[in-house]
Amino acid sequence: MTTPVLDIEKLSIGLPPGADRAQAVTDVDLALRAGAVTCLIGESGSGKSMVARAILGLLPKPHVRIAGGRLLFEGQDLAAIDESGMRAIRGARIAMIFQEPMTALNPLHTIGRQLDEILRIHTTTGRAARRDRILALLDSVHLPDPARLARAFPHQLSGGQRQRAMIAMALALKPRLLIADEPTTALDVTTQAQILHLIRDLQREHGTSVLFITHDFGVVADIADSVAVLQKGRLVEQGGVADVLGRPQHPYTRSLIAAVPKLAPPPVRPASTAPLVVEGRKIEKAYGARGLFGGRAIRALAQVDVELRRGETLGVVGESGSGKSTLARAVTRLMPVDGGEILLSGHNVADLSRAQMRPHRKRVQMVFQDPYASLDPRQRVIDIIAEGPIIHGTTPAVAQEEARVLLGLVGLDPSAARRFPHEFSGGQRQRIGIARALALRPDILVADEPVSALDVSVQAQILALLADIKARLQLSMLFVTHDLRVALQVCDRIAVMRQGAVVEVGPTAEIYASPKHPYTAALFAAVPGADWQERASRPIHERTHA
Amino acid sequence: MGAGLARFARNRMALFGAAILLGLLLLVLATPALFPGDPFRLVGPALQPPGGRFLLGTDTLGRDVAAQIAYGARTSLLIGVGATLGAILFGVIVGGLAGYYRGAVEIVLMRVTEFFQTIPAFVLAILIVAILSPSVTSEIIAIAAVSWPGIARLVRGEFAALGGREFILACTGLGASDARIIFRHMLPNCTAPIIAVGSLLIGTAILIEAGLAFLGLGDPNVMSWGLIISAGRAVLRSAWWICTFPGIAILLTVLAINLVGDGLNEALNPRLRER
Repeated sequence: MTTPVLDIEKLSIGLPPGADRAQAVTDVDLALRAGAVTCLIGESGSGKSMVARAILGLLPKPHVRIAGGRLLFEGQDLAAIDESGMRAIRGARIAMIFQEPMTALNPLHTIGRQLDEILRIHTTTGRAARRDRILALLDSVHLPDPARLARAFPHQLSGGQRQRAMIAMALALKPRLLIADEPTTALDVTTQAQILHLIRDLQREHGTSVLFITHDFGVVADIADSVAVLQKGRLVEQGGVADVLGRPQHPYTRSLIAAVPKLAPPPVRPASTAPLVVEGRKIEKAYGARGLFGGRAIRALAQVDVELRRGETLGVVGESGSGKSTLARAVTRLMPVDGGEILLSGHNVADLSRAQMRPHRKRVQMVFQDPYASLDPRQRVIDIIAEGPIIHGTTPAVAQEEARVLLGLVGLDPSAARRFPHEFSGGQRQRIGIARALALRPDILVADEPVSALDVSVQAQILALLADIKARLQLSMLFVTHDLRVALQVCDRIAVMRQGAVVEVGPTAEIYASPKHPYTAALFAAVPGADWQERASRPIHERTHA
Repeated sequence: MGAGLARFARNRMALFGAAILLGLLLLVLATPALFPGDPFRLVGPALQPPGGRFLLGTDTLGRDVAAQIAYGARTSLLIGVGATLGAILFGVIVGGLAGYYRGAVEIVLMRVTEFFQTIPAFVLAILIVAILSPSVTSEIIAIAAVSWPGIARLVRGEFAALGGREFILACTGLGASDARIIFRHMLPNCTAPIIAVGSLLIGTAILIEAGLAFLGLGDPNVMSWGLIISAGRAVLRSAWWICTFPGIAILLTVLAINLVGDGLNEALNPRLRER
C-alpha cells in the first residue's frame, strides 16, 4: 500500500452553540490514497461537506472551526497551516469541483479566460503555451470543439458541459487530490453517467486521489474504490467498495442500502379497464413567446396526450426540460395552457377561468417537490391543512377537526398541529404537504417529484405512505419523477417524456423489459449503480468482486 | 419574528439607537408637564445664552428654546410616523398590485412609480405643500407622496419573488381567491422587509419636514425643529444656540432611527444575515 496523499486523523469540527449537535464531525479517520476514489457517503446533515471544506480551509469561520485532529497532506498539517500557505495548496495541489458549476464559474469571463487565469497565477508558461494547454485540457474532458468552447461564456454551455469545464479547471495544475462535492447531483441521469465516467478515466490517467462526496449509493457503486459512511458526524463504517456494498457491517449502512430504490423488474399487473379520470388531448404549452418584444418561444408541451384511469398510478419520467413538471401543472391547471383539451372525468377544464376552475380544484390536488418551499412559513400546520376546506366553505372548526384526523393519517403526531413548518424535517414537511392535498378529498393526486428533495431513507417512507394512502382512499395518481428506480417501484404505467413530447408510454413491466424507444433504453442504462443492483439481486455466491 | 428580535437585541448600535428613541418618546410624553403652556409664549429676555435660567437659552423673541425643542419633537415624530405610514399604505397597494398581477398592470404602475422617482423628492414636496397650503396634514401628504416609490418597488419585488414560490402555487391549487393569497400569504411573508425599510423612511421624513419648515413651508402655528432653525438663522453668529440645539435634536433622532432601522434590517432580513 502506498502512503496516503491525505491522512485525516481524528478530525473534529466544532459547531457554534445552538446547533443541533456540538460537532459537525467527530474523530473522523480517513486515508485518501493516490490513484483511488474514496466516496464519503451520508445523508443531509451528516457533516460530509464540512469535511471537504475543512481540508481546503473553507469552513465558515469563526463559528465553525476545526476543534481537533490533523489533516496531513505532503508532510504538512492543513489544520494548522496559515492562509497564505493554504492558498499555495488550494487549486494547485488540492482542487475542488462543486455541485452547481454555474455558481462556481464567473459568468462574465469566457471559459478559456478562466482556465488561462489559473495557469497564469500558478505557472510561468508563456501565452502561446498556455493557449495550447487550455485546448488540450478542454479536449481531455471530451468537450466538443475546444477552440469554440474556450471562447464561450458559462451560460452558453449546458449543465454537463459546465461541469466538464469545471473538471478541466480543477485538473489544470495536475493536483494530487481532487475533492468532488456532489458534482453530479444537479445533473440529469444520462449526463451524470458521462461525468462519472470522465472523472474515473481522468483519475486513472493522472493517478489523482479523489475524495467524492455523495448521498447516492448508485453513484458510489459506479465510481468508488473505497467507501466511508458518515452518520451524524461519525464514521460508522469504511472499507473497500465491494465489502461495504456487498457485506455492510453497520446497521446504519444496511438500512441505507436497503432504502435505495431497486432497479428491479416490477410485478406484471393486469391492464386497468377502469374509466378515465384524466384525459389530456394534444396539450400545447410554450414559454417566453409573449411580451412586448416577442422573443423565442420554448415549446414545453408539444401535442401531449395523457390518460389516467381510476385507481392507477401513471409515472411521468424524463430529464430536466422534458416538460414533465409543466404537464403536472397543466393538468392541475396551475398554469394556463396554449391549446388542447384537459378532461377531468369528461369535463374540459383547459379553457376555464380561475373562478370557473374553483369547483374542479377539489377533485385534483398536487403534492410539490420542495417541502421547504411549498408550505407557508408563517402559517401553523393546522391552518395549512385546513385552508383548502375553509376556502370551499367548511366552517373553520370542522376543517380543523378534519385536519387533525389527517395528521394521524400521514403519520404525524397530533402535537404537530400548533407548530410552524420550520420546526419539521424535510420528510415531515412532505407529510404535511400530502395532508394538505388530501384535505379536499380529491380523486386525483398529482405528485411532482415528491421525494427527490429527500434523503434516501426518508424517500422510502414517503413512497410507502403515498402507496398506502392511494390504496386506502382509492386515489388515481399522476407521479412525476426523474428517477426511473422510483417510477418502477410505484407506477402501474409509465410515460417517458423528452423535449416536450411523450416518446413512449406503456405498462411498467413492459417498459422495463423491452423499452421501445432508444431514449428509454438510454435512461435505464444511465441509472447510477445499475450493474451493482443487478448483481445484488442475484444470489450471493454469483456476485463478482471488483 | 421572535428570533429576529433576539438578534436585534444582540446588536449594540441598534440598542443604542432604540435607547435614544425611547428617551425622545419619554420627552414627548412628559412635555406638557415639563414645559406647561404654549411654546410660542414669550417667557423671558431675548437671546439669553444657555445655562442660565433657561437651560438652552432663549431665541430672538425671548421664547424658551428647550420648550420649543420638546414641542418640536412631538411634531417631528408625528409627521415622520404619519408620512411613513401613508407611504407604506400607498406603496404596498401599488407594489402589491404590480407584483401580483404582473403583465400590463405592472408595466403601467411601475412606470408611474419610476416617474415619481425621477422627480427630486424635496422639490416635489415643496410643490405639494405650496399647492395645499402649509399645515401638518399637507406636510404629511407631501412627504408620503415623495416616499412611497421605494416601498412600491420593494413590495413589487417581494411579491414577484413570492408569486413563483410553491406554497403560493399550492394555495392557487386549493382554489384560493386572489385576496386570500395576497392578504393571508403574501403580505405576512414580506412584513419583515417592509418594517425594516419603513423604519428608515421615518428618518428621511423627519429631515424633509425640517427642510420644509426651514423654508417657511411648515405649519406656522405648530412648533417644529425646522421652524426654530429657520427663526434663528439670522442670528446664527451672535446666538449660536438657537440653531445648534434643534440641529443636534434632528441629528440624534435621524441617527437613532437609522441605527434601529439597520438593526431591524439585519435582524429580519434573512438575506443579509450571516450564515
